[in-house]
Amino acid sequence: MSNKLIDLVHISKSFDNDMVLDDLNLYIRENEFLTLLGPSGCGKTTTLRILGGFENPDQGQVIFHGEDITHLPPNKRQLNTVFQKYALFSHMTIAENIAFGLKIKKKSKAYIDDKIKYALKLVNLDGFENRKPDSLSGGQQQRIAIARAIVNEPKVLLLDEPLGALDLKLRKDMQYELIRLKNELGITFIYVTHDQEEALTMSDTIVVMNQGYIQQIGTPEHIYNEPENAFVADFIGESNIIPSTMIEDRLVEILGAKFECVDTGFGQNRPVDVVIRPEDIDLVKPEDGTIQGVVTGLIFKGVHYEMDVMAGGYEWLVHSTDMFPVGTRVGIHVDPFDIQIMNKPESEDEEAVISIE
Amino acid sequence: MKKHAERIYLALIFILLYAPIATLIVLSFNKSKTRSKWGGFTLKWYSSMFQNSSIMDALYTTLLIALLSAAAATLIGTMAAMGISSMNRRMKTICMSITNIPMLNADIVTGISLMLLFIALGAFGVKFGFGTVLTAHITFNIPYVILSVMPKLKQTNKSTYEAALDLGASPVQAFFKVVFPDILPGVLSGFLLAFTMSLDDFVITHFTKGPGLDTLSTKIYTEVKKGIKPEMYSLSTLLFLSVLLLLLLINLAPNAKKISAENKGNKK
Repeated sequence: MSNKLIDLVHISKSFDNDMVLDDLNLYIRENEFLTLLGPSGCGKTTTLRILGGFENPDQGQVIFHGEDITHLPPNKRQLNTVFQKYALFSHMTIAENIAFGLKIKKKSKAYIDDKIKYALKLVNLDGFENRKPDSLSGGQQQRIAIARAIVNEPKVLLLDEPLGALDLKLRKDMQYELIRLKNELGITFIYVTHDQEEALTMSDTIVVMNQGYIQQIGTPEHIYNEPENAFVADFIGESNIIPSTMIEDRLVEILGAKFECVDTGFGQNRPVDVVIRPEDIDLVKPEDGTIQGVVTGLIFKGVHYEMDVMAGGYEWLVHSTDMFPVGTRVGIHVDPFDIQIMNKPESEDEEAVISIE
Repeated sequence: MKKHAERIYLALIFILLYAPIATLIVLSFNKSKTRSKWGGFTLKWYSSMFQNSSIMDALYTTLLIALLSAAAATLIGTMAAMGISSMNRRMKTICMSITNIPMLNADIVTGISLMLLFIALGAFGVKFGFGTVLTAHITFNIPYVILSVMPKLKQTNKSTYEAALDLGASPVQAFFKVVFPDILPGVLSGFLLAFTMSLDDFVITHFTKGPGLDTLSTKIYTEVKKGIKPEMYSLSTLLFLSVLLLLLLINLAPNAKKISAENKGNKK
């Protein structure tokens, strides 16, 4: 898990003067499930296409196993791609689709037949050999696309929003299916998605991208609990992002009230952004809270209630299993370790893009 | 009442459209040589037509030119369509407009300009004859092929080509194994359309053929100038029927494929 398999070094790419990737540096380890996550236009698909060999970067190198493959055509690379819209060959049967890569490599018929059986079993579609792609559902077509890729025994499987066209229930099933597949095959998966939940569920590593820049790299827990900037905090889950002042180590003033926190090293009286997840806010009696407010909105969400609380001139988003009717005066309490302090954005690119949701 | 009026109106239009051709077909089976009298049914004009060596020569030339020009135009047109489809939007629009002009252009203008071109090329040894007619036919056939291949290319999922590359196919293999089968219906109907256009062309052939060479349409024209022989009715009837047959093929072939695909889809 520690060996570097792919290294992207100083990759830049623009289309018609539109900068899509700007000096991107990223390495991918062997046997890792890495997800490129970001809104559309963030450069995640371009990164994947550069890995697959479908685009040439304007600058920079792609290193695979220590070899420079930047200008190697796709058919010479030891990677296989699962495309967004499956891209099955409609005039061929399922078996012929799966055999395509192996026939090109001139494998024996017995070998190919074995591989087709094995691949169909792996994706739970035994007996589909003679069907045509048109007669399959979206989820089944996607599995065939995966089967067609993995029979070639690639070192890396690239997946470009493979679940995007499926309905919610199927998407959830396929997520577990993909995790199982990856564990059985023991190869590297590089996955592109704009769905933060998908990324959190499946990945070992998440790379959050926006406007051609990498915003943060980390494990799902790390990205969720400790977003490095407002964009990441906003893109991954819901959150309250509040401009505040760091008074001293372990003490932050939020909307005029002093909250204890665990962060140090930001200096004194420094403007910062504070991220508080809605589920980390405890609503208490007004006299027990650090700041007081009034409930202005209430929606039942199934597992929890979603409430808006107006306090200190800011509308706090709160998720709680306790219900407080609209108009109730409440106090807000947040545990010190649930307050995440972030530096103010230095560039425009790091600013939260609210409209993405 | 309204329905009846509609039917009568439709029938009237069809009669107006097809009465001349129907007359021609009926006359081609007429035993009597005069046009005004029905002398009984006969096939003798057909048999004498098939025994007339100059008509048979013209038929041979027509079929050969139609076949060769359709084949060449299909090859060139398909390649052109692929090139155009990978252009950016602006260039694509420009190229498609240029492609459309020769089809909308009056045949006589195309014919005369080609004739002038061939005369100018005479300095380099170009002589009027089979070669010039073939070249002219290829020229006016290319746009029809492009027009019937383009929509198929547009429908083709671009990522299937990339998927083939991804699975190890070279660009040439990817084209013949994956892209070509997808656009084949368009290529075929382009070929048939080109064949038909070549078969029934008169004006352009007339201006580019030079002396001594005749296709069916120019043959009919020359014969009719000399005085109408019933053989010409049968020849015209045959020409009309073959064009009709080809048009039916062009229109039915893609639909038949679609219908069978739909049936397959319904099976699940």
